[in-house]
Amino acid sequence: MSTYYLPEGLPQPSSAPDGLSEPYWQGTRQNKLMIQKCRGCQSWQWGPEWICHRCHSFDVVWEEIEGKGQIYSYERPHHPVHSALAGHGPYIAVLVELPAYGNVRMLGNLLGDPRQEVPIGGKVEAVFEHHDTATPPFTLVHWKLV
Amino acid sequence: MAERTLRGKTAIAGIGETTYYKHGQSPDSEFKLALQAIVRACDDAGISPHDIDGFASYGNDRSEAGRLAAALGIKELKFSNMFWGGGGGGVCGAVGNASAAVATGMADCVVAFRSLAQGQYARYGRGTGAPLVAGDDSFIIPYGVMSPAQRFAMKVTRFMHNHGIEQEALRAIPIACYHHAQTNPAAVMRGRTLDEAKYDASRWIVEPFFHLYDCCQENDGAAAVIVVPADRAKDTQHKPSYVLACGQGSDHRSAAPVHNMPNYQSSHFAKLAPRLYDMAKLGPADMGIVQCYENFTGGVLMSLVEHGLVKAEEANEFLVPKNLLAPSGKMPLNTSGGNLAECYMHGLELVIESVRQIRGTAINQVPRNDAAIIMGGPMVTPVSSLILGSEATL
Repeated sequence: MSTYYLPEGLPQPSSAPDGLSEPYWQGTRQNKLMIQKCRGCQSWQWGPEWICHRCHSFDVVWEEIEGKGQIYSYERPHHPVHSALAGHGPYIAVLVELPAYGNVRMLGNLLGDPRQEVPIGGKVEAVFEHHDTATPPFTLVHWKLV
Repeated sequence: MAERTLRGKTAIAGIGETTYYKHGQSPDSEFKLALQAIVRACDDAGISPHDIDGFASYGNDRSEAGRLAAALGIKELKFSNMFWGGGGGGVCGAVGNASAAVATGMADCVVAFRSLAQGQYARYGRGTGAPLVAGDDSFIIPYGVMSPAQRFAMKVTRFMHNHGIEQEALRAIPIACYHHAQTNPAAVMRGRTLDEAKYDASRWIVEPFFHLYDCCQENDGAAAVIVVPADRAKDTQHKPSYVLACGQGSDHRSAAPVHNMPNYQSSHFAKLAPRLYDMAKLGPADMGIVQCYENFTGGVLMSLVEHGLVKAEEANEFLVPKNLLAPSGKMPLNTSGGNLAECYMHGLELVIESVRQIRGTAINQVPRNDAAIIMGGPMVTPVSSLILGSEATL
């Protein structure tokens, strides 16, 4: 019996072919949430880019952040669009805004009852879900209400 | 320096459509469907397919210009053009690109077309079968956010939340589309009616706002329009539909990865719409014909708001079926049934319906038929919109 939020068999994340997101996925393996910070103008950036969209510096580095934010929006898909989800029933995806880091947004599943009411603005924190037996192993980042 | 504008320089002189099918039911190949639509559009314009000299399409259409030119025996190919973006965001842009080529003398007779047989290729509504996903997809697909409905639902959730708009406002949109489809022999959903109870009872695709009927069909078919110089259009057999304006593009960073576009709860027309009206020298109140691409009803709502056709704070009162029905509604919407109930011809059926309305030959004819606005592919990036007009608008 899977202990994962969604059934196994969904596509796995990959940083191929250009490696841009590799530090993010490596970080998740160690329970670290990493996003980009520009050394040119000190602004946070997410998702990953090769360049800072504000000052056009290529000196964009990765820094660990605290996985705390608030729900910006959500959805509860019912209709399965992948064979791994057939018969699974609804689940919740949330878009989380991180005020401490320039209001960047991250997307994951909201842990708990898939039929729960989802409060926009509700405070959440990140939860790492390790898929150690996958090939290659990977980690997803979910969210839970706090 | 002369004003730089498309206004009044070109016109749609011909329209052509294949039979529209449910996905998987076309007896003809996608490429043959493209040929059929183009030949019919030429016939409608009264020109020979040999005289086409350009092709413009969008959505990564598989029927390539070079192959079409060879199959049709085009004498000389002068323009071939693909609008970037995988969805229907390019529908109006393809007509605009065709018009730009004609207006600048790069070509003389350009077809804007779309051929799409989802039954023969991948369906838009299914998730990927790939074992690994990269780039932006790697941050959303492993969480079950895969199909277009799932990718866009959260934009709609937030928009509805910000403005206090209720489900009933969305419900009016498919009810109007299905109503219009009932008199349209070309509509795939003719004979299948939709009322409020049936909508309310329909299954969820994605909560909190997308019922089954909030989502477009998946179809097989092709459609084409012929764009020629305005003075040449006057000599063709139908009343010309002049291109008054086209706008395409996106807001600031609207393709930012992992849903980080600054204007999130948007159909991506916010910056485009004012430019469109400026070029047309017309405003929202002039648009007697209103056609909006329905991938999902939430996208229609945001498009109408961003084009100034409906105020967000009035959406609950205004978006009721009676206001959206031809001929007597305040703003008849998608008068042939649109993507929801005529055919998901990636929005080109909306352009064609606008031409019929301007000609005065539409099945659900509206009385105010001098100016038409078509809005393409809300929420994708880039998007596009188009304003067409009769001679009276020039």
